[in-house]
Amino acid sequence: MTAPILPNSFTTGPDERGHFGIYGGRYVAETLMPLILELQAAYEAAKADPAFAAELSNLSNHYAGRPSKLYFAEGLTRHLGGARIFFKREDLNHTGSHKINNCLGQILLARRMGKTRIIAETGAGQHGVASATVSARFGFPCVVYMGATDVERQKPNVFRMKLLGAEVKPVTAGNATLKDAMNEALRDWVTNVEDTYYLIGTAAGPHPYPEMVRDFQSVIGKEARAQMLEQEGRLPDLVIAAVGGGSNAIGIFHPFLDDASVEIVGVEAGGHGLDGDEHCASMNAGRPGVLHGNRTYLLQDADGQILEGHSVSAGLDYPGVGPEHSWLRDTGRVTYVPILDDEALDAFQVCTRTEGIIPALESAHAIAEAIKRAPTMAPDKIIVVNLSGRGDKDIHTVGKLTGLDI
Amino acid sequence: MTETRIDRRFAAVKAEGRPAFVTFLTAGDPDPATTLALLAALPRAGADIIELGMPFSDPMADGPAVQAAGLRALRGGMTLNKTLDLVREFRKTDDVTPIVLMGYYNPIYSHGSEAFVVDAKAAGVDGLIIVDLPPEADDELCLPALKAGLNFIRLATPTTDDKRLPAVLTNTSGFVYYVSINGITGSAAPDTSRVAEAVDRIKRHTRLPVAVGFGVRTAEQAAAIGAKADGVVVGSAIVQAVADSLDAEGRATAATVPAVEALVGALAVSVRGARRPVAA
Ligand SMILES: Cc1ncc(COP(=O)(O)O)c(C=O)c1O
Repeated sequence: MTAPILPNSFTTGPDERGHFGIYGGRYVAETLMPLILELQAAYEAAKADPAFAAELSNLSNHYAGRPSKLYFAEGLTRHLGGARIFFKREDLNHTGSHKINNCLGQILLARRMGKTRIIAETGAGQHGVASATVSARFGFPCVVYMGATDVERQKPNVFRMKLLGAEVKPVTAGNATLKDAMNEALRDWVTNVEDTYYLIGTAAGPHPYPEMVRDFQSVIGKEARAQMLEQEGRLPDLVIAAVGGGSNAIGIFHPFLDDASVEIVGVEAGGHGLDGDEHCASMNAGRPGVLHGNRTYLLQDADGQILEGHSVSAGLDYPGVGPEHSWLRDTGRVTYVPILDDEALDAFQVCTRTEGIIPALESAHAIAEAIKRAPTMAPDKIIVVNLSGRGDKDIHTVGKLTGLDI
Repeated sequence: MTETRIDRRFAAVKAEGRPAFVTFLTAGDPDPATTLALLAALPRAGADIIELGMPFSDPMADGPAVQAAGLRALRGGMTLNKTLDLVREFRKTDDVTPIVLMGYYNPIYSHGSEAFVVDAKAAGVDGLIIVDLPPEADDELCLPALKAGLNFIRLATPTTDDKRLPAVLTNTSGFVYYVSINGITGSAAPDTSRVAEAVDRIKRHTRLPVAVGFGVRTAEQAAAIGAKADGVVVGSAIVQAVADSLDAEGRATAATVPAVEALVGALAVSVRGARRPVAA
């Protein structure tokens, strides 16, 4: 592949057709094209409307609990020795992860567009819970598609969604994980085009979703940057986030992209290792292709059939990645590394024991990278880790894998 | 662009005063040899045009029947190259029946668009329907396909309004495929009166033949749609007939080809008779 031309700024994308370099775009069936164009127009109008921003900001503060804290993880720092580690505490948001940031933005947009029914896909169930939550708050019926495998391994979240009044539809196609849930949600959407709003949970899908989800999640990075300047009087040296579809990662990365002194690292699910097929490291072990409405790095076989990945963390168990990450990878601005299941499980326990914070298994991948790097860095260096969610949902998985009896 | 088998076939059925019968089949379901036998049986049973589905792991616009067929094919080791091999084999015995490959973009992108259109043309393919490539992405495959002498057939849907239709029809060739319902293949039955309206609307924008499909499964529906449209497409019903004929292990049986031939034969009679006045 030819090297992309380096831009003056890394924050100007996408272009009007939704491209980040060669990535992104709108590869959808004709039935959906008019809807996606309508969505884009509605989003542009909402962006230009101060009342929309005001309502979102009000809900973010009083309903979701923003701003989330930037917390100096002293226990973990002392345990590791080396760079100081800060956590951006998205785990403290209402519903327990960053997913609520995006859901609040999109539910306001759905209401503005006059839609009356919400559908969503979910992997770990965090986005499903956040979707069910905002649907309850705004009085929409909500259907959540979830792979049957994930229904099994994320039971607490399935129960939460049901309590919130959502209908959870298990999807048995394929490996019955996030990719299959997304296929099924798209099938619902083409069938119910008139009344239905598809609330995509990550910075992927056809344009304008990657841009829109990024914008709603960028509150993470904007806050973190300002908090760091206020608390420490300077920018961090390194920002780390886990990458599933890439929404928490792009949310914290984006406001730092043009800060040349800040190194940025995205962590992919390395599963059982990149040698075999049991991982979800699309940018380290995949190649560009087209799936779910956009061009991006994908796990695929020689024939262009999409492979089912594997991760101990349901939220990272997706064979693709948001298109902006693919572009950031190719430009070299962001480095993407894999973290294995075992490393994430270790980090989960280290964080729990040294900080008294139970992180989501997704977030534990980011912590694992910080655990690797902090000891190699001087004590005056600063690492910010996006603690994208809390780990209550994962205690059964961790219990099973570590032989703990719950 | 030079005339393709598709152009010739639509001209021929028009001269006969009847609509074309377009049949869909998934390549490699459940194995290539069976597909080859089915391909030979379809024209014999009255199919005018064959749509051959290229299996894809993530068929976002397909209903359960076509999804399952694709999975059976992929499990049997079907690939894009093997689909082209099937067309090449078919052409050894049939040089007139048009073949349209239908599927999703990624396997083609993976193969390389430029190489694919050349390989497809050489194998004897006449046209392409790629579900997830809207006109906004024409430079990726549509334009190379036209240059290689393949028709690029686009889907128009109930959500394609008059404002958008011209964009959808630009660079469309061979025929226009009107998707009669919002939804996935093989789901709800189309409302035939609204289909007639839609066909008229599309014809105000183009001189291309308009074929109608998605959800057509009975002889009555086929006849009602054929009264108005230039072509009637049946897919899920045929694919389901294949599925129903398989043994417990999902292998083809002696019943597979006859079952499909019987279904297609019966549907062909109603499509061919669609414009004939009903005897009093
Ligand atoms: C806590 C948490 N972090 C991260 C992710 C991965 O998603 P994304 O990459 O879009 O942030 C999920 C997805 O479910 C999640 O629940």
